[in-house]
Order: sequence, then C-alpha cells, then structure tokens
Amino acid sequence: MPTAKLGSMDGVLRYTDRGIYCPAGDFFIDPWRPVERALITHAHADHARAGMGHYLATEGTAPVMRHRLGEIDLETIRYGERRVINDVTISFHPAGHVPGSAQIRVEHRGEVWIVSGDYKVEADGLSEAFEPVPCHTFISECTFGLPVFRWASQDKVATEINDWWTANRAEGRVSMLGAYALGKAQRLLCMLEAGNAPILTHGAVEATNDVLRNTGIDLPDTIPVTPETDLKAYPGALVIAPPSALGSAWAKRFGPVSNGFASGWMRLRGVRRRRAMDRGFVVSDHADWDGLNRAIKATGAERVFVTHGYTSVFRRWLESQGYDAGIVETEFSGDATAETDEV
Amino acid sequence: MRDFAALFTALDQSTRTSVKVSALAEYFETASEPDRLWTIAILSGRRPKRTVTTTLLRAWAAEKAGIPLWLFEEAYPVVGDLAETIALVLPEGDKSSNRSLSEWIDIIRSLSAVEEGDRKRAIFEAWDSLGQTERLVFNKLITGGFRVGVSQKLMTRALSQATGVDEAELAHRLMGDWSPDTVTFENLVLTRDPEADLSKPYPFYLAYALEEDPGALGALKDWQAEWKWDGIRGQVILRGGQYFVWSRGEELMTDRFPELSVLKDFLPEGVVLDGELLAWDHEAEAPLPFNDLQKRIGRKTVPKKLLQEAPVVLLAYDLLEKDGNDLRGQPMAERRAALETLAKSVPEHVPLKVAPVLQAGDWHGLAAQREASREARAEGLMLKRLSSPYLSGRKKGDWWKWKVDPLTFDAVMIYAQAGHGRRATLFTDYTFAVWHDETLVPVTKAYSGLTDAEFKEITSWVKKNTIDRFGPVRSVPGELVFEIAFEGIAESPRHKSGVALRFPRMVRWRRDKPAAEADTLEGLRALL
Repeated sequence: MPTAKLGSMDGVLRYTDRGIYCPAGDFFIDPWRPVERALITHAHADHARAGMGHYLATEGTAPVMRHRLGEIDLETIRYGERRVINDVTISFHPAGHVPGSAQIRVEHRGEVWIVSGDYKVEADGLSEAFEPVPCHTFISECTFGLPVFRWASQDKVATEINDWWTANRAEGRVSMLGAYALGKAQRLLCMLEAGNAPILTHGAVEATNDVLRNTGIDLPDTIPVTPETDLKAYPGALVIAPPSALGSAWAKRFGPVSNGFASGWMRLRGVRRRRAMDRGFVVSDHADWDGLNRAIKATGAERVFVTHGYTSVFRRWLESQGYDAGIVETEFSGDATAETDEV
Repeated sequence: MRDFAALFTALDQSTRTSVKVSALAEYFETASEPDRLWTIAILSGRRPKRTVTTTLLRAWAAEKAGIPLWLFEEAYPVVGDLAETIALVLPEGDKSSNRSLSEWIDIIRSLSAVEEGDRKRAIFEAWDSLGQTERLVFNKLITGGFRVGVSQKLMTRALSQATGVDEAELAHRLMGDWSPDTVTFENLVLTRDPEADLSKPYPFYLAYALEEDPGALGALKDWQAEWKWDGIRGQVILRGGQYFVWSRGEELMTDRFPELSVLKDFLPEGVVLDGELLAWDHEAEAPLPFNDLQKRIGRKTVPKKLLQEAPVVLLAYDLLEKDGNDLRGQPMAERRAALETLAKSVPEHVPLKVAPVLQAGDWHGLAAQREASREARAEGLMLKRLSSPYLSGRKKGDWWKWKVDPLTFDAVMIYAQAGHGRRATLFTDYTFAVWHDETLVPVTKAYSGLTDAEFKEITSWVKKNTIDRFGPVRSVPGELVFEIAFEGIAESPRHKSGVALRFPRMVRWRRDKPAAEADTLEGLRALL
C-alpha cells in the first residue's frame, strides 16, 4: 500500500499539475485543468471549472453547476451514499460551506483520505451542517488559518446587520450589502429580519436565488432590481449585490446609500478600510481558527495536508500540535495575502 | 473608556466626513474635561509616553492568547497593526470598563515606575476588564500611532462646532508645545492667552498643486512668484529673548539648528518668520542637495564637522509677526515689504536670507523660468496672490505650488513586500532595479502610484512567481517594468547603486515594455 511521504502528498491521493488525483480510482477532485473524470466538492468557480469530461457532485451542487457551466456531463450523488470507482470507495459528506457543499471521502484498501473542500463548522441554517468524518489523512483548507480570525456567533452578527439596516432606514438611506452571489448572499437573506423593509437583489444574486429555490430551499421574498424597477417605491430597502457592484454605476441609481460588506476578511480593519466600506460584517463561509482546529481534531487524522490560505504557518502550527503535516499547492497558491473571491 | 471606544467605533464605521465631525463634536460636548483634553492630544499626535516595550507586549499577548510567539509574529504582518493584532488574538472579552479614558492613560503612565512583573499583571488585568474595542483602544494608547481616519483639521473643526471658538483661531491655540499635563481644557481651548506659550507657532498656510494653466489665475501682476525650495518648511520664532524653530510637522527642532541662534542677536523681539530651512552652499550661493539637510535632521545634537559641511540657513518668505503683532491678516505684499525691511538690518554672515522674488513680463516668461528650476536647485515655482492674507492650513485660491514635471525612468521590479494597515493583504512595496553590466542593480523602493486593481493583479503575479522568501520579502523574476518618477538624485555611498532618489513613486506599469528595455544605471547617473 502506498503511503505518503511526510510533506509531499503521494498516497491514496496525489498532487498533480491538474489538481488532486487518485491513481487507484483514476479521478480528480476539483481539478483546474481539463480531465476525464472530476469529483466536485462545491459549485464555487475555483472548485467547479469548465472542461471536464465527466462530473460527479451532490444533488445540491448540481443545479448551480449546470447554471454556471451550461451543458455538462454531470452525475449526482446523495450525501453518505457509497460508490466504487475502479477499486476505490468514495462518498460525499456535508461541509457546511454553501448549500450542497461536500467533503469527499476516498477509501482504498482500508486507508481513508478526506478532501475537505471549503468548510465551516458553525451551522448557518441554510447549508447542510458540517459532519466530522473519521479518516487517516485529512486535506484541509486553511483560508483563515491564523489565530486572529475568530468569528462571533451568527446571531450576534445578524443583530449588527439588522441594526445597521434600521439606522440607515431612519436616515433615509438604502443599505447596500456586498456579498458573493452563491452561498453568502442566501445566508444573509436568512439572517435578515423579515418585515423591516423590502429586500432587493442584484441580477447575479437573484439568478442564484432562483436556482436554489428550485432545489427546494426556502428563501425569504426578494425583489430583483431591473432597469425598469422604480426604486422610489422601496425607501429604506436593503440591497444584496456582488461586491464588484458596490460603488459602481449600477449602485448610483439608489441615491444615498450606506455600503456594507460581509466577509471573514472584515475581521481586519485594514482590509475594510481599503475597500472603503462604511461597515464590515464578519460573516464567513469558511472555518475560523478555532473551527479549523476543532474539525481537524474531530477527524482523528494523524496526517493533515493544508491548502488554500496560510498554508506554511498553519502547517507549522499543526506540526507543533503533533500532526504529520504537509502543504498541497494549488494553482493559485499563496498564503499570507490570499484574498480569494468567495469567502 | 466606554464613550471613547464608542467614538472610536463611530469614526471607524463611517467614511463620511460629516458623520465623523458630528460624532467628534458630540463627544466633545459630553465628555469629561480631562477626557476631552486627552482626546485632543491623542488626535493631534501627542500620545502618552510609551511605558511598555512592544517586545514585551507581543510576548504577553501570545501568552495570554495561549499561542506560541512565532505564531503571533506570523499574524502581525497580516493584520498590519500591533494593537489590533493583540486585540484579535486575546480570548473573547465582552466586559466593559467604567474607568475613563484619562484614568486608563494614568494607569498606563504609572507603569514606568513599576517592575516588569507588576507591569505584566497590570496589562493582563486591563485586558481582562475591557471589551473588544476598548482593548484595541487601550493597546493603541500603549503602542502609539492613533490613526483613525481623523485628521487634525477634522478634529479642530469638530471642536470648533462644540465650543463655538473659530476654527482658524482654534488651530492656532492647538499648535505648539503643550501636553495635557501642562494645560487645562479651559486655557488651551477656551481662553486666549498668547503670553502663556512663547514658543507657540502659527498654523502653516499650505499651498495646493496647480493643475491648470496659470493663465487661469488672472493677471501676473497680482501674483508673486518664488522658487519652490526642497528643504524643510519651518517657522522661526523670536520671543522673550528666546528662539524656537518649528517644522511644518509641528516638531520643535530648535536644538538641531544651533546656527540660527544668532538671529536673536540681530532681529528685534516679537518676530515670527516663515520660510525654508536649507543646507546651504555659501560659495555657490545655492542650496546643497536635500541629502545634506537630511544628515542634519537625523541628529538631535550636531557635531562641529557637520555644521561646517552642511550649514543651514533660513530662506524666509513670510513675516507672520512683528513687534509681537500678528500680521497674518495683512496682504502678502505688505508682509513681504516688512520682511525685506527687517532683513536689511541683518549682516551678511547671519544665516537668514530673503527668498528671492522672480520677475517676468508675462506667464510665458515665468513658465520659461520654471523650466530652469532644477538648475536653481528648486522643485518649481510658488505662486502667491499679492493681496492674500496668511491663512491656516491647506486652502485653495491664493497660494499655488507649480512644480516642474518629475524626472522619470523605467525600472524592473525585483522584490515585493506586503503593505501595512489597509494594504496588509496586498503586495504593494516594491524594490526596483536598473541594468548595469547585464545585471539588475537595485536602485530604489516605491509603494504608491498604482490603482488598487493593479496592486491586486501584481499581488497575484507575485504569489505565482515567487523565487525566494526573505521574511516578508519575496524575490521575483525581473519581468515587470514600471515607470518611476522622482524629484531629485544624489550620490549616496550607502546605496549599492551609488545613488539615492528623492520622492520615488510609480507612475505606471509599463506592460508594453520588456525588462531588457528598462533603463541603465549609467543613464540614471547622467542625471546627477
């Protein structure tokens, strides 16, 4: 049985220039270059890319992938369902990142590896809650793998956002909330106090809302903004839009606004100031420092590979905690200053 | 501390000036007197003396957070601010302290007298009793550098709103050498007592850059043109038999320029001069390069040799006070005449000169003289309206700086480093090199001039192309070319390239230019 060398990944799974590869099963997980068979953890653009011969993803992930990637050869799988690919048993387990997101368990000759994809451990009331799965080797993201990143409870942040909205409404301002279209936007929708005032959505957000509503997810009522929308009819509204729309020509239509942005990066004053936001709300779909440590411990894994984020620091930390730890490079590898899109 | 933390939050949570000013004004109306005074002090850069070293603070923060020190040190550059890093790693705290801002400051100041173990206990106790934002404020009080997006100007405006004292008058009262220990709110802000502080300078009048054609300013005869010198803007004050030298940054620099002490032997009492402090070449009758002045600025006491190598003169261009009377309300032309009369009585060897006024028949003639600025060792021209009073702060309309276009060259980026504060997650600080004998020789660093989008793109490139890491610095292949602008160049044995540039900054990213076509060191040296 192949075992991984310390520090370099070469066992049940292996790192290649196209992504994480399983030699025994002949498939890739979240590859970034065209391959024949791809297992996809979730539908965010840096994990689910175009050009694969054949895709396998959860039932919750598939509709968004079809929406984003168009006609693709895509097979679905239920959480916990086991399938055998060549000699390898695979199953998908909730990662709590966005609706449909999964960790992928790969078992070959009794050795179990898990690719976490992106995950968070706090239940957000929207995504299927993170499920710890025992394994020998855990490949963990560490986007926020520094002890300065710790999230307050969702309830507490919900109160902050709703108070901000109420104060803006009293001042005759529109609340413009920047959030990524898949996952974060819908999670925020569920955190808003219904009945405060109408919730408007940017087209990119509403398109994803539609896809998720069609999968049976219950989202609050929203009013999509179109060129014809009479904005005066919705004073004090809250608008959810992709971050790039904030401060754009599109946003000018709304008159006086207060800009807010929901992201784990808002934990840092410097980042918030650089974005010139009035308010930053610390809401992340990734695990915080405590969440990463808790999740890793819960797997019982002895060996951990880290990817996506502060990899070298987090690896050193894990080693100091007694793990065998290594780094999986990704195509857009980087540590200290990673500020990827969907956080 | 609660109300000050609330103020901090309010200032931090808005990008709108009006919101900031009203939050400050409201605070000034309601806060206790010692708190108000300390708030003014902090927001004008007068922080309490540091009583705990940052080395100790880091170690204690890591201990309190239950993390190894190396991990704390890795997190710090990501956050970009020490006080904030500490507040972020400490275990969750949702308490709130009843102690006031000034009481906390007293506690911090008392720490200098106690031994290290007690100091640590006091810091831990403070962290335990404070809420999240209060901790950040507390840490900032210890570490200094209270930058909260509020300029002194904004603070002064808010204080003016809260007290009804005129803003310009207030700006003057807040100048100079005071601390909350030496004044009360009453006599600093509310009552005017110019005698109380002989050293108090006037707020400097600052010019805007002229972007349009000078013809738009009207007739040339209404304007006075001078060289724009590249020295230190300073005020020299002669009152009560003493002299004081203030920099524009409100730093008292009297001791650094001992040669100016003779001024008090030749000028009458009650005089305030505004001008440029320059290292002077007495033979050439021209300023020495800024580098020579730099040597003087860096030293609190000046060795004799340096006094001879880089003697400083005041090139005066304005007279703000005469016979103890404030002349700022008088027109520029009258102040200038008074300045010239005053200077006439001063013998040649005294290091005071009156900045020459340039004569020209029309704007074209003046523009031609401006082109010769570098030969005159100046950065361009200053244009001052002859009828203008001496205002305080940066005001548009009467004073303009009309600088010559900067010198530029194309250089190759070879190192990149993440920025601080608001740019902590981007690679924004670069080292640039030029060609010399087929190798790239580093010549300068620069960290401004690009758009956020460009910084973002380059950050991503740096991450993908890192060759080596030296702590926070990444070495990258010499591929990206940038146009670098600078104001001057001088010989410098301390630099590998042998030259030092003044005010280097990026003008643009030359995506069109391959690295091989970047400039050479020889080309750069030709500008010396």
